[in-house]
Amino acid sequence: MHSQLLFTAFWTIVVKEVRRFTRIWPQTLLPPAITMTLYFIIFGNLIGSRIGEMGGFDYMEYIVPGLIMMSVITNSYGNVVSSFFGTKFQHNIEELLVAPVPNWIILSGYVIGGMARGLAVGLIVTVLSMFFTDLQIHHLGVTVGIVLLTSIVFALGGFINAVFATTFDDISIIPTFVLTPLTYLGGVFYSIELLPEFWQGVSQLNPILYMVNTFRYGILGVSDINVGFAFTMILVFIVVLAGFSLHLLNIGKGIRN
Amino acid sequence: MTSALKIENLRKTYGNGFEALKGISLEVEEGDFFALLGPNGAGKSTTLGIVSSLVNKSDGSVSVFGHSIDKDLARAKLSLGVVPQEFNFNPFEKVVDIVVTQAGYYGIPARRAQERAEFYLKKLGLWDKRNERARMLSGGMKRRLMIARALVHDPKVLILDEPTAGVDIELRRSMWEFLREINAAGTTIILTTHYLEEAESLCRNIAIIDHGQIIQNSSMKALLAKLNMETFILDLDGDLETVPEIEGYQVNLTDSHTLEVEVQKSQGLNAVFSQLSEQGVAVASMRNKANRLEELFVSLVDKNL
Repeated sequence: MHSQLLFTAFWTIVVKEVRRFTRIWPQTLLPPAITMTLYFIIFGNLIGSRIGEMGGFDYMEYIVPGLIMMSVITNSYGNVVSSFFGTKFQHNIEELLVAPVPNWIILSGYVIGGMARGLAVGLIVTVLSMFFTDLQIHHLGVTVGIVLLTSIVFALGGFINAVFATTFDDISIIPTFVLTPLTYLGGVFYSIELLPEFWQGVSQLNPILYMVNTFRYGILGVSDINVGFAFTMILVFIVVLAGFSLHLLNIGKGIRN
Repeated sequence: MTSALKIENLRKTYGNGFEALKGISLEVEEGDFFALLGPNGAGKSTTLGIVSSLVNKSDGSVSVFGHSIDKDLARAKLSLGVVPQEFNFNPFEKVVDIVVTQAGYYGIPARRAQERAEFYLKKLGLWDKRNERARMLSGGMKRRLMIARALVHDPKVLILDEPTAGVDIELRRSMWEFLREINAAGTTIILTTHYLEEAESLCRNIAIIDHGQIIQNSSMKALLAKLNMETFILDLDGDLETVPEIEGYQVNLTDSHTLEVEVQKSQGLNAVFSQLSEQGVAVASMRNKANRLEELFVSLVDKNL
């Protein structure tokens, strides 16, 4: 297909995805806004005021980047996994399969759709956080770069989960039993310096730790990990996950007989 | 004549070992109205699924207007419009959005997509429903929506997998008219159907598939010419107690005012009426006992068992 036609097909998928999550905003945009506001009130204000400083900052200031990143991660993943699985479940994936849309365009469209929701929720949470703390961005490039790349990683993860899922249970297993624990243990609420040396080492195996801390570095200028290493690791993740996703689409895993 | 669809030695074995297609070959000419018939599980939907890229083939080749689905899949897809057997749109989307989105997948810009969606939704009597969620439509409307969606990019070949299943007679007839119209305008149409009357009424050429093999592939005319005998039902004007004798014909009295007469192709009906008239039996009306194609279909499939 001509590049203009490819762009139209890509944009059509993106618009459809954005329309989907904005149409059901009480299920997609409102819940994270309420949950994160509660986090800010309970952990940031009520408990945080007794914790004192973390990494040289107020506890509220410390957890805000982590909570924004947590929203981006869960929503980027959640959008693609539920949308693509729903498309498979209702067979309307066939609308795309009969059309001359290359697999890389299908993947890009869904990933951008996932990013759109992740970033929209991230923005909502950021705006809400401003009612509780003053946000000063230490390094804009790092902040924007890491949030975009992390969003891509988890949108791809959601896509792979949806491809393999055969029931609605399958799309909640990974978020519940893998994603949520890794996020909570990924330095959202604490610095790994508080942990014994052994658990610090274990924590460094958690990729979400790198994403949260790099984002925190972008905003606060403090981090438990090496920012350059984090970017490299995330780029490797993106290449591997995107390659695997394309392979699944090419063989028609879960979508073609 | 150009081949709209060419299938050669197509095979499909599913993961569970079931061999759905055992090397079928088929050619559909440009502008044809072609019927692919067969009993349930014969391989019709698998064949159409492979042609429309919804099913991976095991072996063989398929080309649409000369574009191989192995080497030039995008061009092959651009030539095809597909109306599947099951409803496969998002029931929560608006009718117009479903059609416009499909146009977008074919690279048609938004404004042009809106115009085409309007044209086909009006043509298929759905324009008034354009802002309804698709799940609110009746069964017949949902079928028409899938036809509008399949046509929005102006395909050269339209594939319809049982397009009138579950559609009432009036709507079925109006759908036939619409299909005849777009076929006359140059669109090649390939359909599967369980309504053999539909195939006989619409299609010029036919293939019958059974157990994954083509058991008949010819023009509809040539196929129907094979029919040697037809059964006619005569509704009588008055009651009879005994079966009247009609020399050279097999006659049954199904009830006191209905006769069934088996007529060989070479015999004609004049002798039936003259002999009945001589016996004082008046005929009020007459009809075929069964659809002619249905008789042939059953005999061909039975032979293949």
